Amino acid sequence: MIDNPRAFAIAAGRWILIALLLVGGFVMIFPIFWLFSTSFRPAPELMTIPPNLLPVHWTLANYVTVFKQAPIILYFRNSLVFASVSTVSILLTSSAAGYIFAKFSFPGNNFLFMLVLATAIVPFEIYMVPLFLQINALHLVNTPMGMLAPFLVLSYGIFFMRQNTIASVPDELLDAARIDGMTEYGIMLRMVPRLLLPALNGLAILAFIQAWTAFIWPLLVLNDQKYFPMELGLSQFSNKFSVDFGVTSAAAVVSMLPTLITFVLLRRQIVDGITMTGLKG
Amino acid sequence: MQTRTRHKYWFVFTVLAPVMALFGYLRVIPTAQAFVMSFFNWQFLGSAPQFVGFENYTSLLRDKNFQLSFFNTTIFAIVTSVISVLLAIVLAAVLSRSVSGRIGGFIELLYFAPVLVPMVPVTLGWREIFNYQHGILNAALNLIGFGRQPWLSDPKMALIAVIILSVWKQVGYNMIILIVGIRAIPSLYYEAAAVDGAGAWHQFRQITMPLLAPVTLFVVVITTISSFNVFTQVYVLASDVQGAPGKLVRVLVYDIFENGFRFFKMGYASAEAMYLFLVILVLTFIQFRFLRGDQP
Repeated sequence: MIDNPRAFAIAAGRWILIALLLVGGFVMIFPIFWLFSTSFRPAPELMTIPPNLLPVHWTLANYVTVFKQAPIILYFRNSLVFASVSTVSILLTSSAAGYIFAKFSFPGNNFLFMLVLATAIVPFEIYMVPLFLQINALHLVNTPMGMLAPFLVLSYGIFFMRQNTIASVPDELLDAARIDGMTEYGIMLRMVPRLLLPALNGLAILAFIQAWTAFIWPLLVLNDQKYFPMELGLSQFSNKFSVDFGVTSAAAVVSMLPTLITFVLLRRQIVDGITMTGLKG
Repeated sequence: MQTRTRHKYWFVFTVLAPVMALFGYLRVIPTAQAFVMSFFNWQFLGSAPQFVGFENYTSLLRDKNFQLSFFNTTIFAIVTSVISVLLAIVLAAVLSRSVSGRIGGFIELLYFAPVLVPMVPVTLGWREIFNYQHGILNAALNLIGFGRQPWLSDPKMALIAVIILSVWKQVGYNMIILIVGIRAIPSLYYEAAAVDGAGAWHQFRQITMPLLAPVTLFVVVITTISSFNVFTQVYVLASDVQGAPGKLVRVLVYDIFENGFRFFKMGYASAEAMYLFLVILVLTFIQFRFLRGDQP
């Protein structure tokens, strides 16, 4: 190999590239590492200039404070229930409407579908003010139902499931099932979902992450911290302890650890989900 | 046949009606209502709404807070999407062609990690890094002779800080989409180019860049659109001196939030939302236009 200078240069270049990428990569995970490191520091070490990369004296005191001062388990449970119910509802409504739009012709099909498509490009922030007035009129402000309502449907999900139904549910199969005497409801509920599993997976990931990371709507609609989801609860908690980095970091670590572990384990599916769902940002 | 058709319509109706009712109530009505409200002087409580024509729109143009938030948001959106897409292109090109296999997968995960963690906790991490007194970034800058920067107290520096955080969060996402785009390019082209003696750089310039252009445009547009809606990271990172969240770097969604829910000027806030929507419509139009232009 060394006899061949060109091959040697290519191999050396490749290793330099890898080294550069690794340095960049460690910069990328540094903020996450830094939260972990800070969360184990005793108070005096937070003031050291320049700070040490790792705590000199490790402590769990910050975590004790977090669990004493913040109902973090409750926030976590709220987020989990909220994101799960939202995901189930989005899967049901999107696949039902998507299937109908894809496979049935009826008066108004095109009009209704265009309406869905048109609203898919309208960001939530555009209509949050009137939506708040509607939720307020229903006396749902500061209730879990009020927080959940906007997350029951996803225009993009209807569009996505329609496209996938067209692509992966053949008409011949539907007709064969009809001839066999299956009812339309039976076909929709028992046969079609099996053909759409990858799409349903992708949509579920999108819906769950979207609900888990929701911030501005819970901030608008909830006052009572017993209903707070994780993200909102953490942000309010960090305002209270804005100067105590040890405690804030410990709270941040506790809040992101379950999601971080889940997401790292499921990252293949998440990557597939992101690329498949047409990449809604 | 007649009864079959009726049966079919009945089925369509029973399945679609509940979904469309929810959808209409939660999406169509509020969107239409936002448009209507923007022409009214609409207080949350108290006096009845008054029709004012375009008055909300014209007073917004003279409103210092609106001007500032529009300016900040535009700078933020353009810089964040340009930098995050440029970095993502380099990463995607290198990771899909020069460095692959195990080590490539590991590196990909490192860059993708920020996408996998929720926004609020990582913003808190960055808030510590940017801290004036004890932050590790200022310690490093001090060490190499740049001196401390007021990252979270000067509005300009805070805008830069929010951009840094957002690029960091976004780049892995864009990278993944571009990698998929590159993998869709037939490897035959690269093999042919290699036979002709084209090096890695030439292959990138002559094959990857032109064939990746539609995907790149797509990524630029979706990043710009989502950046125009920025809120969470600004709210958590950029508190002003009194500790009011999000006030230091005023962005459009924050301004809408403040007008609507602090001053209860809901018509005014809706007009502001319509300006934001106009920007998003233009961006969406560009995207459809170019993507359609791509197919004969």
